[in-house]
Amino acid sequence: MNSTLPDYKQMMSPEVRDRLARLVRRPVIMETLNLFKEFPTSSGKKQIVLKDISFQVHQREFLSIIGPSGCGKSTLIRILAGLETATSGEILLDGKPVVAPGAERGMVFQKYTLFPWLTVCRNVMFGLESIGKDRDTAENIALQWLDIIGLARYADYYPGQLSGGMQQRVAIARALAPQPRVLLMDEPFGALDAQTRTQMQNYLLEVWRNIDITIIFVTHDLDEAVYLSDRILALKANPGEINELIEVPLPRPRRSRMLLEPEFLATREHIDKLIRPPVKREDECEFKVVNMVGDKTFL
Amino acid sequence: MMKMQNVGCFAIRKKLTRRQEYILLFLSFALPLLLWCLVSYVPFLYHPLIRVTDAGDSFLCAPGDLIERSAFEEENRELASGGGKVMRGERANPAYLPAPHQVARSLVTAFLTPPRRDGEAWFHESIGHSIRIVFLGFLISSLFGVPLGILCGTFPFFERLIEPFIEFFRYFPAPVFATLCVAILGINDAPKIAIIFIGTFFQQLPMVANTTRSADGALIEAAQTLGASRRRILMKVIIPSVLPRLYKDMRILLGWAWTYLIVAEVVGTSSGISWFINQQAKYRDFSNVYAAIIIICCIGLFCDMFLAWFGRQIFPWESKHKGIFYRAAEEIFGPRDQVFSIVLSKEERRKRDEQHSA
Ligand SMILES: Nc1ncnc2c1ncn2[C@@H]1O[C@H](COP(=O)(O)OP(=O)(O)O)[C@@H](O)[C@H]1O
Ligand SMILES: [Mg+2]
Repeated sequence: MNSTLPDYKQMMSPEVRDRLARLVRRPVIMETLNLFKEFPTSSGKKQIVLKDISFQVHQREFLSIIGPSGCGKSTLIRILAGLETATSGEILLDGKPVVAPGAERGMVFQKYTLFPWLTVCRNVMFGLESIGKDRDTAENIALQWLDIIGLARYADYYPGQLSGGMQQRVAIARALAPQPRVLLMDEPFGALDAQTRTQMQNYLLEVWRNIDITIIFVTHDLDEAVYLSDRILALKANPGEINELIEVPLPRPRRSRMLLEPEFLATREHIDKLIRPPVKREDECEFKVVNMVGDKTFL
Repeated sequence: MMKMQNVGCFAIRKKLTRRQEYILLFLSFALPLLLWCLVSYVPFLYHPLIRVTDAGDSFLCAPGDLIERSAFEEENRELASGGGKVMRGERANPAYLPAPHQVARSLVTAFLTPPRRDGEAWFHESIGHSIRIVFLGFLISSLFGVPLGILCGTFPFFERLIEPFIEFFRYFPAPVFATLCVAILGINDAPKIAIIFIGTFFQQLPMVANTTRSADGALIEAAQTLGASRRRILMKVIIPSVLPRLYKDMRILLGWAWTYLIVAEVVGTSSGISWFINQQAKYRDFSNVYAAIIIICCIGLFCDMFLAWFGRQIFPWESKHKGIFYRAAEEIFGPRDQVFSIVLSKEERRKRDEQHSA
């Protein structure tokens, strides 16, 4: 496509440039150094899923990781969480290597993972009790969190009685309650309908703005990545490599109308070109539609 | 043009109305009963034998005897040719096919009739004995089978260590161990409980392990990212997440324990319901036999219905309504002015919930 839009970098206002400059001067919370991940395939060969991934996340940054489906985004964030081990390379949290999952890295999954046998309040209490808070303290903090996410009325409900959006809100509260250093999110709104998703995005930004939390957010949705993030890490597929680190030229706080502004559209198109596969994928299909209505003037 | 068909009650996987369900429930019992009544009360439908009412001059038969129709006719022909008085009789069903009213009467009288010999068990004692054997065997099996199964399902270490042998062992039919159990444990209740244990345990362990393995990995990972220790994950995530399914397994296994009862009760000294049934069959009192069978079915059915109801109460998140225990706890531990909200009207309760959440 021949673009009429100018380069997104030139569209960055001085304020935004200044903000981003200040951002990268903040302390590094989490970083990866030359991360590699291989999976054995059924034929016995090794499939390199992640290749030489190095990046840094700064305090209170909102970093998105975007890439085509199957490029290893989930694998990467699972390694950051400690749920998967890297083949080689290092992950540091506050300078200390990460080896196992822990409460200082909260995670929200795409699948609804609230414990169905616990009430909403008890779900939020789970992490707090895991890090050694006693029951009463945990309950108080949990109720405060439910208040923050506007679900205090549902404290005694079981997750099965809530809608998908509400469940993800509780999942966010549950992950944030033990005060993690970073919040890892793997396509958390992927299963929600479009309207709820927009609502959840604004809601997440509001929470993020008001507490000291660094967010690493995996998505394959371009709009979502640009709308939410300070910086976006675009990955290539096969093997998953860092393609480019994009600085988003939008000011904060973000507003829905920014989705129509030229800065947004230019950035979006830039990333779209980056992650769209340059070569034809083997699982791509061509349409072979046969005309069965005769009259095609109708459309 | 396609014709819209009204398939009525026979729609695929479409829920029936409440009324239809009740009618079908009634029919599912009424139809077999009707068949039984027809065979018992309508003459010439089955009735293959003759009950002798008047033996006439026959030396071979006495009143009350049940004989084949052909034998009856031959005897009468012989008596007639000899000039004697012929036998008279009516068509009857064999002794092993008593009529419904006889069995219904036996359902009561079986409990009231004392045993024929001193020292033998009454009917209710036999039932009690059987239930005790099944529950003891099942309890001991569960005491070992459930924790070991959960360990095998959680830690691959125990899975590899324990399960191969169990898988091998469970293909021995439990009755094979009957003589061994008697030799080791004597002739009283111990070998019977051991048979139930063997029959249940070696099925129970792999079943519990499998169910435990079906615990949702995503929930375990979520717990890990919340900083839960291994112990906490086992106790607070894996076990609760499979508990409703484990409970269902237990209901199935309890049914199996019942089937092993028949083997167990003929081991050593015969006892319990099987003994009672054998004894009654020896006396050719078949209505008692059927009464005993019906009682066993009822015990099994009510036991399972109770367990199903109980399961709904203790796993409220499965059926999405608060169980009776949860509601009771709410009443007891709730704020003072909320105690016994059952007496509140719907409107009052709504108001209270609003205040409570505000
Ligand atoms: N446990 C695993 N074993 C083998 N291959 C895996 C495993 N997990 C992921 N992969 C492979 O790694 C690649 C990246 O997967 P994933 O991280 O889920 O991609 P994304 O989240 O970006 O869609 C895929 O090709 C997938 O087949
Ligand atoms: Mg993924």
